[in-house]
Amino acid sequence: MSKLYTGAEIVFKCMEDQKVEFIFGYPGGAVLPIYDELKNHDSIKHILARHEQGAGHAAEGYARSCGKPGVVLVTSGPGATNVVTALTDAYMDSIPLVCISGQVPTHLIGTDAFQECDTTGITRPCTKHNWLVKDVKDLAKTIHKAFEVATTGRPGPVLVDIPKDIQFQKAKYTNFKKQKKLNGKSNNRFSQKDIDKLIEMMSKAKQPIFYTGGGVINSGPKASGQLRELVSITGFPITSTLQGLGSFPGDDNQFLGMLGMHGTYEANNAMHDCDLMINIGARFDDRITGKIDEFSPKSKKVHIDIDPSSINKNVKVDLPIVGDVSEVISLLIKTIKKHKPNFLNSNKENISKWWEQIGKWRSVNSLNFINSDKTIKPQFAIQRLYELTKNKDTFITTEVGQHQMWAAQHYKFDKPNRWMTSGGLGTMGYGLPAAVGVQIAHPDKLVVDIAGEASVLMTMQEMSTAVQYNLPIKIFILNNEYMGMVRQWQELLHEKNYSESYTAALPDFVKLAEAYGCVGIRAKTPDELDQKIQEMIDVKKPVIFDCLVDKEENCFPMIPSGKPHNQMLLGPNDQKENKITGKGKTLV
Amino acid sequence: MAKSKSAYSDPGKKGKLDTHIIVVWVDNEAGVLARVVGLFSGRGYNIESLAVAEVDPKRGISRITIVTTGTPQVIEQIKLQLGKLVPVHKVADFMRGDKKIIFKEMALLKLVGNTSKRNKALKVCKKFNPVVLDKTQKSVVLQITALRREIDTVMGDLKKFGLVSVSRTGAVAMTRGSEIFK
Repeated sequence: MSKLYTGAEIVFKCMEDQKVEFIFGYPGGAVLPIYDELKNHDSIKHILARHEQGAGHAAEGYARSCGKPGVVLVTSGPGATNVVTALTDAYMDSIPLVCISGQVPTHLIGTDAFQECDTTGITRPCTKHNWLVKDVKDLAKTIHKAFEVATTGRPGPVLVDIPKDIQFQKAKYTNFKKQKKLNGKSNNRFSQKDIDKLIEMMSKAKQPIFYTGGGVINSGPKASGQLRELVSITGFPITSTLQGLGSFPGDDNQFLGMLGMHGTYEANNAMHDCDLMINIGARFDDRITGKIDEFSPKSKKVHIDIDPSSINKNVKVDLPIVGDVSEVISLLIKTIKKHKPNFLNSNKENISKWWEQIGKWRSVNSLNFINSDKTIKPQFAIQRLYELTKNKDTFITTEVGQHQMWAAQHYKFDKPNRWMTSGGLGTMGYGLPAAVGVQIAHPDKLVVDIAGEASVLMTMQEMSTAVQYNLPIKIFILNNEYMGMVRQWQELLHEKNYSESYTAALPDFVKLAEAYGCVGIRAKTPDELDQKIQEMIDVKKPVIFDCLVDKEENCFPMIPSGKPHNQMLLGPNDQKENKITGKGKTLV
Repeated sequence: MAKSKSAYSDPGKKGKLDTHIIVVWVDNEAGVLARVVGLFSGRGYNIESLAVAEVDPKRGISRITIVTTGTPQVIEQIKLQLGKLVPVHKVADFMRGDKKIIFKEMALLKLVGNTSKRNKALKVCKKFNPVVLDKTQKSVVLQITALRREIDTVMGDLKKFGLVSVSRTGAVAMTRGSEIFK
């Protein structure tokens, strides 16, 4: 007879089989048997967060930066409810997470027991799938299936809720067998015919553009390499969403920068005027499309996505290709090389006028800003940070707000998995714990959280985690004392009524750093900035960098809502002619 | 349109609404109905009626029939979103009024009144396969099967014949001929 294992042992056996190295978690009554078992499994290290949300975001940062699923372990009740924000964030941005939560013993379920909540009910809409394990014999099978659901197709979070009595009960451990398909759900549903049709459209196009997104990153580093090849053999311009940054080199001449609400002038105008839009792994999000009725009116649209429900959800497309980005691009490249080896040259003339037009848009230099020698402009701070860290294979996380958009505009990424930001849910407080997770995955790399002072205070307690595990993360705060993006909208859309967007009584971040046992650095003027950033990079400890920036700087360019892509606000000089009025206000 | 302070984009043009019948085959496991129904409520889709029961006890498969209204785009989304749920095996959809589909709803009707009223009531129901399930001196319980709108009409007509209580199922559907849903 084969050996019997307790539920808690089975949890760890599953994780060992799944090659889990790190768990991000926080103990509590209903998971104590699992925590008790931790000591017997040397290959798995537990990272103790200071809040379950922090554990969740750290697991997200880990997953995004290394491509493996992040594992979270939390207790019942408040442990589970605290992790909901991180699960929703992962769901929106398609990040693979496996969350294991403790639950009150099965006989107490439904009795409003201490620290009981309907965890599977609460997390049903924010996970790909979840399970309440009521029989220890199902446990191993369920956990393995959880890993499979999280990592296949369009990745996302899953949750396994394990009552405490199940963690004690014993069962045989069934080895993990890879299932072929989940209920017949296949990822690749495209054929050679689709690819041929796409190539035909590409060779006819006079104003083509690639519009790429997080799907390229999620498809693995190979996909980014293939994308680069595809762009270079076609000669087409390419723009990227916030999540897609890094899949194509940010300083390449064919790259038009990020598109969308705070995207570049050239990217948005090219999207508006193109005659062929090839969407690769992006999802026509409302921050990208602007006013949907006037979104890219003249173009034929192709949409390559692994998730069939992304097709025609927001924008109707002419050619849908459902499949994994890497596999679609690889067949596309193969076919081009076979049938049109001379595509680049034969097509050059076709699109030369288009590039001329793009050049004109580029010359507007829409990311320009008026620098100052007295106060630090936030854009300048990001530019300096970029210049001083670009040769180091730096990993950047962000919080949410103006600083996030400036980071996306001014920090140039040239590799995938180096940029971790909360795009779909827009979770303030994401960046610091995410940086913890990234640093765990890449202990020797430079990890910087570009932060705002308001966001970072939401999960500041995770500095304590960073100190405990000697994680030298750098929290680079662009401190303008305002919730900057809120302030910007209030200035532009609500008659400068700065309702509750100013934070009085901010902590002294340098002293706060010292209190946590890390290093605090403050920069006040542009001329001391470089030296202070260098100091931050050189310190081998966690750093909170308090960069005092211009309090009133706004993030431009901006698509004033209610307007299509080709009507952007460009900056202080452009604002007078382009006031946002009336209906536009409601649409931001 | 009144000015709203919503932070999201404008609703755009409203498409034409169609009524569709969506049939979903799911694993009969805990919470599966909540997943399907939660998907509808969470994404703002309508449910006009819902019928669900296990149809294959051996494999543990339940069949859910949902009547819903939406623009063609919304109906397409409903199908694709349902298809993504882990316990869902397959999804079929057809428009109400499709000639290839049989589409039935059942109702139980309780009537209280004298014999003459009850007989008149029975006459009204004649077209809809009435079955007398229970009978007393002054009451009768009838079962009829018909389309939703037909039952609506019958209910109106029966008011004057002593209709006191109605219980209705959601619609269920089946293809005509030898074909089955794919």
